[in-house]
Amino acid sequence: MARLSDLSPETAQHLLDKGCPPFETAPFVTGPPLHQRRVAIVTTAGLHRRDDDNFDLLDLSYRVIPGDVPADDLVMTQSSVNFDRTGFQQDINVVFPLDRLRELQARGEIGSIAAFHYAFNGAGQLASAYEATARQVARMLKEDGVNAALLVPV
Amino acid sequence: MREITERLRPPRFLWVPFELGRPFGAPDEPEFQTEVLRATLALLEREEAPPILDDFPVEAPGGDPAEMTGWTCPVSFPPAESTDEPPLLANILAEITSLTPWHALAHETRGRTSVGSARMAIEDSARFLHALLEGHGTAENPVASLSPGQIFLGASEDMRTFYMEAATAKPGPATSHEVADWFWSDTAAGELLLALRPVCLESPEKSIRRAAARQLVPRAQIHRLVRS
Repeated sequence: MARLSDLSPETAQHLLDKGCPPFETAPFVTGPPLHQRRVAIVTTAGLHRRDDDNFDLLDLSYRVIPGDVPADDLVMTQSSVNFDRTGFQQDINVVFPLDRLRELQARGEIGSIAAFHYAFNGAGQLASAYEATARQVARMLKEDGVNAALLVPV
Repeated sequence: MREITERLRPPRFLWVPFELGRPFGAPDEPEFQTEVLRATLALLEREEAPPILDDFPVEAPGGDPAEMTGWTCPVSFPPAESTDEPPLLANILAEITSLTPWHALAHETRGRTSVGSARMAIEDSARFLHALLEGHGTAENPVASLSPGQIFLGASEDMRTFYMEAATAKPGPATSHEVADWFWSDTAAGELLLALRPVCLESPEKSIRRAAARQLVPRAQIHRLVRS
């Protein structure tokens, strides 16, 4: 997302300097058609319920977001301050499109929505650092019958 | 960044041309958000060899985030009345008083607020941050459940969020850059956060030093420190 050319030179260079080695494997699966899929959101926007612990800098943990969470119960403690928050402040769906998923479900375009979604603080760590917690979350997604995960960065 | 994703080579990926922080394009644009979502979900039905890296071809409604719309904050701040508070804190508390009806309107209209990271009233966040300034990077922690770094970050996040939610309560075009520039250049709260950075970089508390270095002032606003 976003064009490097839209960023300040300092921010663009900061992002390009991040060590992002390619994934060693490229697991690739197919599945049922979309109208039979159960969809979950995995966000790196540092979202969580008000009573959950805030995210820390270099935090590898995750937060569980119930599928029926009231929008007013979600706050963002993502550790980076270098992205726009005013869009999220005005409309949660610009980051976490739960209402849009509900509409697609009502139209029969997707099968169902997961009982739980998951949030990480996606800043300051290599992707590989998240492997242990990512495996935990993957297990829980499978237990929930999820067969479509939207990984949404911010 | 497309460049970084090309390096990582995930199995399926949709690149979008939107500004950071808005992966589904723009707020209050449900049809557009749905199109982005459909394009993302459609990747799941593709079966050619990975990685599949698609580009979303349409710009977000609202155009270029850097393009000025002439937006001005709906609230003008009167000078703070004479109080026993230090002048900077008095100005912030007066700003909060002026913004509170707009914040209440935003909360009512949107059905939500994302203020709450610090788990205390916005006035208390202002008082805590000002105490940090006066205490050279140390202040009594008003929320036992949060670490010094977390309460510092939560209070600063809440200040920005409260001001920006209130400022965008009035319908009308406002780019994220305009709202951010307003907060960091025209408000006493922005002045306080800028003033806190050099002070908190010298804090005896490591988590406060770390937060001040990387998580207090956005990179796009750091030039204001050089000028001040």
